Order: sequence, then C-alpha cells, then structure tokens
Amino acid sequence: MRKFKETVIEKGLQASALVTIAVTVGIILVLSIEAILFFKEVSIIDFLTDTQWTPLYTDKHFGIITLLSGTLLTSFIAIIFAVPVGLSISIYISEYAPRSFRKTIKPALELLAAVPTVVYGFFALTVVTPFLQTFIPGLAGFNSLSAGLVMGIMIIPFVSSLSEDALHAVPNSLREAAYGMGSTKLQNAFRVLVPAASSGIIVSIILAISRAIGETMIVAIAAGQQPRLTIDPTVPVETITAYIVQVSLGDVQHGSLEYRTIFAAGITLFIFTFLLNTVSYKIRKKFREKYE
Amino acid sequence: MNNIRKNRIKDQVFKFWGIACTFLGLILLMIFIGSIIVDGVQRIDWSFITSLPSRKAERAGIYTALMGSVWILIFTTIIALPLGIAAAIYLEEYAKESKLASLLEVNISNLAGVPSIIYGLLGLEVFVRIMEMGASVLAGSFTLALLILPIVIVSTRESIKAVPKSIRDASFALGASKWQTVSQQLLPASFGGILTGIILALSRAVGETAPLIVIGALAYVPFAPESPMDEFSVLPIQIFNWISRPQHGFETNAAAAIIVLLLITFIMNGIAVYFRNRWQSKLK
Repeated sequence: MRKFKETVIEKGLQASALVTIAVTVGIILVLSIEAILFFKEVSIIDFLTDTQWTPLYTDKHFGIITLLSGTLLTSFIAIIFAVPVGLSISIYISEYAPRSFRKTIKPALELLAAVPTVVYGFFALTVVTPFLQTFIPGLAGFNSLSAGLVMGIMIIPFVSSLSEDALHAVPNSLREAAYGMGSTKLQNAFRVLVPAASSGIIVSIILAISRAIGETMIVAIAAGQQPRLTIDPTVPVETITAYIVQVSLGDVQHGSLEYRTIFAAGITLFIFTFLLNTVSYKIRKKFREKYE
Repeated sequence: MNNIRKNRIKDQVFKFWGIACTFLGLILLMIFIGSIIVDGVQRIDWSFITSLPSRKAERAGIYTALMGSVWILIFTTIIALPLGIAAAIYLEEYAKESKLASLLEVNISNLAGVPSIIYGLLGLEVFVRIMEMGASVLAGSFTLALLILPIVIVSTRESIKAVPKSIRDASFALGASKWQTVSQQLLPASFGGILTGIILALSRAVGETAPLIVIGALAYVPFAPESPMDEFSVLPIQIFNWISRPQHGFETNAAAAIIVLLLITFIMNGIAVYFRNRWQSKLK
C-alpha cells in the first residue's frame, strides 16, 4: 500500500515536471502552425528580402528585415552601453571593493532588473529623450537611441552579476601567482582573471543580448512604431516586439493575414533567442566542468 | 615616470572608474524615481486609488487596474505554485542523473530565456482561442503562470539543494519513505527559500505588460473583475495606455500609477530579501 502511494506521488511530480516540456512544444507548435499558414500566402523569399514592412496598409509588404533592423539597432545600443559598464562593475566588485560592500551592492544592482519595463519606457520617453534633445538637436521624439540606452541600464545587472560570479570563481592561486609577479590589480584583472573567466563573461553577454532582443515595452513606448530600415539612432524605428504589441492593441480579425504576421514575427524572434540561449547553455555546461 | 608608477596610476584610475560605473545605474534609477515622484505624488490620493477609469485625466483612477492586478496575482499563484514546487521536487529528489532529467534541465533553462511576449502568443492561441477562455483573468493568469514557472522551479530547486544531506540521511535511517522525507523534512526546512523565490517570481508577474496585451487584456475596463472569467486590465497596461495619450494630465496619471506599481514591486522584493536572510541564518 505504501509503495503504491509512493509510486502515485512520484508520477504526479513527474507529470508536473513534464508540463515544462509541454510548454516548449506548445510554443513551437503554435508559432510554426500560424507561421506556415502565413507563408502559404506570403512567399518566404519576399519575407526575407523585401525591405519594407507594411502589412497594415493596402500596399502590403512583408520584409521582416525592416523590423529586425529595429530590433538589432536598439539591442546594439543597449549592449554597447551595458557591457563595458557591467564588466567594469564586476571587476570592481570582485577585485577592488571590500567584501562587505559586495554583499550590499549586488542586491541593490539587481533592483535595476526588478523595475517593470513599462516604467523604464516612461523614463526613456519623458526623461532621457528630452535630456538628449538638448544636445542632439535632430533627435526625434521617438528614437532608438534613448530606448537603447535605457534598455542598457536595465540589463547592466545581467552582465555584472553573472560576470562577477565568474570572476569570483577563478581559483585564488591564479591571483596569488599574478601578484607574486608584481602585477597591479588592474593588470591581474585584465591579463589573468578576465581571460580565465572568459566563458562565464561571454555567457553573461549572450544572455544580455537575448534579453535585449526580446524586450518589448521600452521599445514599444520610446522607439516608435514606424518600421524603417536604418542604422540612424535618432529616428523612430519599430522592433519585432513593438510590432506584435501594435497589432495586439488594434482590432485584428482572428485568422486574417494581419493576425498571422504577429506569429511570423514571433517565430523570427523565438529562433534568435533560442539560438542565443542554447549557445550560452552549452558554454555554461563546459565552464562548470572546468572548475568543479 | 617609470613603468611601476604608471601602472599604479592606471590602477587607481580604474578603481574610480569602477566606483563610478557601480553607482551610475543606481544614481540614474534614483534620478528617475525622484522625477516620477515630483510628477506624480500630488496626484495620489484616496480617490485616485478608488476611482474608475475616465476619459478626463483628473477624474480617472486606477481602481479597476489595481483590482485586475490583484486577481491576476492570486490566480497566477494558485496555478504556478503547486506546479513549480512539484516539478522542482521531482528534478531535485527523484530524477537525478537520468536522461529525462537532463532534458528537463536544458528545457527549463531555455524557457527562462524565452521573451515574455512569446508566452503572450502561446496564451493567445491556447488559452484564449482553443480553450475558449477569452481575454479573461483566467487566461491571463495561465499565461503568466507559465511565464514564471521556470523561475519558481529554479529557485525551489536551489532551496531544496541547500538542505543539509544529514537531514535526508537521518530521515531515511528512521524508516521514512521518500515522500515522507520530502514532505515532512525537506519542504519545511527549505520553506523560507521557496517563499523567497515565489515572491520574486510574482513581483516579476505583477510588472509584466506585453504578454497580457497580446492575449487581449483591455486598457479600458469599466468595472473591476468579479469572477475569473471576466475581462480585466492590470496596472502596467493602464500605465502604458496613459503614456500613449497626448494630453499632459494623463502623463501625471501615469507617473502616479507608476509610484503605486513601484511601491508594490519594491515591497515584494523587500519581503523576499527579508525571508531569504532569515532563512539563511536559520540554515546555518
């Protein structure tokens, strides 16, 4: 009787764990079924090569590159800002700062990631853009620069926290050897520790990129809703995520071509983040084996 | 100037650069919160909290959105909590080292990285359309529950892992079965850690906007939900809606609603940190 009860409980727990597999399967199925229906009406070559994205107008064009360029531009600005800052923070906290400081500052920095993204969007639109406009006269009210910078602030803790963990995990013998050779903390950090912790640091950067690509509300609020193939950070653009929000806010008929565009856009986004996450998981696995 | 002095100076310069970077984000956050408080705090009063939405900025309130957020939080907890804890127990105590376990692990780590808006597309198709829940509180809660499931599982696993092995051994030595050990020893011992993880996951759910917009949650709902099948709005969507309006009065409203939302988020984070510290000192 007891054995029976134990088996039933184990099966129940197992079923709960399998729900996570069902979620992945569900996401892939939903995205691909709607995307396949979409590609029955729109050729995949047009989708990949057209340079305009106008599914909501009468003259319809479905060039995903237009949305993708918006996504990559805002993410690029965020990463360019967050990686140097986040990496400097991680080196400072792990090598220079007193140990007690580490304990208080890490949760404080993680607060940056806890702020809801709609709040960051408001910040970008009402504080950062007007501020930048004082010395960049041509800056539009909606632009990828301030959206990207604010997104950068949000992902600082993703870079700093994971990189700091990686630096912290480097064996002390390496530090002692470097100091024994007479190096300063700075030389030690950049010539010994950063190379030794490189896989962990790369993982943190990849995760930050993946996070930036999938970020929605900041870009939907501050970067605008005008699909445009450009690398100019001062003009409005539209990202994949912002487009999905734009369509969801309108009244789009279920089963229509417009409805399916959000799944075609969604699957593009999913493929990008899936690849990035898989690469980072692989590196993390290897890295764990190295130090344990 | 010789090389040693040059290197020392570089070292000092980097130290200050590091300090500057460390505080940059926090100072920006403070500037931002400060400017929001200046914008919005005079708008917050009892009637702002208890008023229904309105076309006129000065008469509009956040009552329906706030109630929507509360409903969503309650149902998200009811769905995600048992699922997440059960899955974590299975992975940590039952399925160690098996092929299924490593598949589950890759999968969960991948799910944690899926953008929230993709969960919205999943919820729209599965809960809203196929299961015919419509854009209801229940559909929203299921969507957010799946979104926070990976976070709940990972943090619960960490907490169970932190329970000393001696407790497991002692329980088995006394003749307890696996489930008895889990339910009477491991879960109570890791309760503080599990609670911390769940509160953090819920504080993430309360700020989520994009997936709920995708499933069709409304920006304007005349009444607060009265059952899980009712339509709803939540605070972040209300904020988003006010931000996108041109009149200045709504910007003030948005700032005021952001103060309320940040207060909820920070209080939840504070409670989580408090439980974590208390639990960690108890474990030692």
